[in-house]
Formats: sequence, structure tokens, C-alpha cells
Amino acid sequence: MKIVIVGCGRVGAALAEGFDASGHQVVILDISTRAFDRLSSAFRGSAIRGDGTDEDVLRRAGADGADVFLAFTEGDNRNVMAAQLAVENLSAVKVIAKINDPVRAAAYADLGIATICRTSMLTDAVHEYLGLAGSGMPGVIAPTGGHHGGGEHEPALPAATGGLAGSPAGAGSPAGGSAAEA
Amino acid sequence: MFVLVVGGGKVGYYLAKELIENGHEVVVMEKDRTRAAQITDEIGSIVVAQDGCEGKYLGEAGCARADIVAAVTGDDEDNLVICQMAKHHFDVRRTIARVNNPKNEDLFRHLGVDEIISPTRMILGSIEQDIPVHELLHLAGLGSGELEIIEAHLQKGSPAIGRATADLSIPEGCSLFAIVRDGVATALRPETVLREGDKVIAIGRADCEAKLHEQLIGGVAPSAV
Repeated sequence: MKIVIVGCGRVGAALAEGFDASGHQVVILDISTRAFDRLSSAFRGSAIRGDGTDEDVLRRAGADGADVFLAFTEGDNRNVMAAQLAVENLSAVKVIAKINDPVRAAAYADLGIATICRTSMLTDAVHEYLGLAGSGMPGVIAPTGGHHGGGEHEPALPAATGGLAGSPAGAGSPAGGSAAEA
Repeated sequence: MFVLVVGGGKVGYYLAKELIENGHEVVVMEKDRTRAAQITDEIGSIVVAQDGCEGKYLGEAGCARADIVAAVTGDDEDNLVICQMAKHHFDVRRTIARVNNPKNEDLFRHLGVDEIISPTRMILGSIEQDIPVHELLHLAGLGSGELEIIEAHLQKGSPAIGRATADLSIPEGCSLFAIVRDGVATALRPETVLREGDKVIAIGRADCEAKLHEQLIGGVAPSAV
């Protein structure tokens, strides 16, 4: 599968290395080349310096038609914009945007983008450890509404790839449980 | 009308000021506290010193009852999110976004932003107006400079299209000698009928240029090129 990751933070880098190790074609972008220091020397994918909210940059990086597109920068809005660009203009198949504001995370799921919210995930993880009730929010909030002009959203991944080897079982599915990363 | 302005930079500041002068109710959201305090000092207590991209604070600023939300921060992604949140989460009727990268205009429009203002595009448009697109191209100067080789690209609107070379009134001291059509250069004959897209190569005195321009490009030649 072709997997594009915007943002080479801890999570982005860890995901990139994991996907790369399981044989996927990985492109990771960050606006700072220093961020790529997080990648181990064994990483064989491409690491490209550039703004992941700029369509030209994404195209040059080969993000067109990605099977998986992950917008995981530190900025919620950058992630939202990159994700929507990927859906609307780059025909990406599965798109997830990290949005740490729970209100925005839920709102964008309504708008047809799968979102992942660190705030609610961590809250839930703490609650779970303490034996308290969780928020009931899934780790990855699957898109509930249709995306503008997106037609059929959330299409299945190509069958031949057999899913994401090495990723938590629930991470890609709509009812992914409360803490996919826990 | 109640207008929620998100972003207290120069644009947001003057926008709020003008709107208030025109009798509208305005709230400005500006996350930078120093800047927020500055605006408060100058216009009054209309500033919410919070991040307008955050759903919670948008709600607290009264987004749900805003008639218009204007997202005028310096960051396109922020403006997009502000408008989308206003539109879809708070049911605001009309959203306006400032867009810096002209390439984002279509995306914003497509994603439901009602009005898109692109300063970059406006300035660009203004500049392009001053650059004549239909222009004679100077290929080379001959001799001591009084003779020039000139290329004229015939585009829509050229009075020469559909006419034979012999029918054009080419000024004295100037001659059309070659034509480039579909990438092939041939000698220009008096009976050759010119088409859109042709490039006509002429040689002549520099003072013939205005007349040549009128015949091949159309309109009045821009002065002093």
C-alpha cells in the first residue's frame, strides 16, 4: 500500500517505521528536516521536507492516490486541511486526521473525515486505569457524515493488501474500541 | 447584525472598527493576549482572548448566534477550520474566509465557505492588468539598432486572423517574412491566410512597431515599451 504521513513527530515516525518494516511504500513529510532524525537509519521510505497543507507539495511528494493518508502534525487545523485536501483533491482512500480538540474531532467526523483525538484517548485511558467510566468515544472516530463531493466515503482498502500488518486490530475499524493505542 | 471576527491582526482590527462604526455588533477573537489587550484598549471590551479555532471558545464567543463569521487570521488552515466549525457546528448562515494561497480558493469553496477573499489574488490581478499579455516580442536588434526582428503571437481578437498577408496594411520599412504554425516555420507568402495561434515574424524599423501592433495584435500599442 502507499501510505502518506504528514508530520514526523513521535507518532508519525513510529507509524512510518512500522509500515515500512511491514513492506509498505511510505512517504513522510515534515516542514523541518530535523524531525526526520526521529527515523531510524533502517527506514527505507521517502522523507520529504515540505508543507503538507500545500497541494503542490503533496503532489510532488507522490501523495496522489494514497491508500492511507495520515495527517499527524502538531496543528489540529493543519491536519484538518491536509486531510481534506487528500480526500478532495488527491483521491486518498483512507484518511485520518489527528485533532486534539474533542469538539473539532467530533465535528469533522460528522463532515466525513476519520479523526483521532489524543485528548479523549488519554482521558479514557486514565479513566479506564482508575476504573471510572470512559467517554464512550472511539479511539478513531470514523466518519459519520458524507464529505462534500466525496461521493462514497470510507471505501474499503484494496483487498490484496490484507490490511495493515502490525497495527492494532481496531485502529482502522469504525468501532475501534476506546483506546486503540493503549 | 452580529459579526464574529476571528483573528485580531490588521485586517481583523480594521474590520471590527469599521463594522462598529456602521452600527453592527462585533466580537473579535484573538488568541494572543497582548494583541487582544491592545485592541481592547483601542476599541473597547469586544475581544475574547481565546483561540477561535477551538470549538469550546467559539461557542463561548457566541458563534451560535452570529449572523456572519469572518475568519481573517494569517493562516489558511485556521480560517478554513473556523468557517467549517461555524457553518456545520454552529449553523452560522454566512462564513467569510481570508485565503492567502490562491490555490486554496477552490478547496475552500468546495468545502462550504461562503465567501472567499484572497488578497494575493487581488494584488496578482492588479499586477497582471499592467502586464500586456498580447505583446510583440522583440527577438533581436539588427545593425546599430534601428532594425528589429519582432514576433507577433496571434491570439483571439487579433484583426489579422482569417486574412491573407497581402490584405494587411503593413507599414513601409517593415516586412513579414516567416510564420511559425504548429511548431513549423515557413516563409510567409502574400496569399497565406493567418490563423489564431500563428506566430508571425517580422523585420522592420523600430518606429513601425505601433502600426504593426495595430495590424497583428489589435488595439493600441502600450506606450514606451
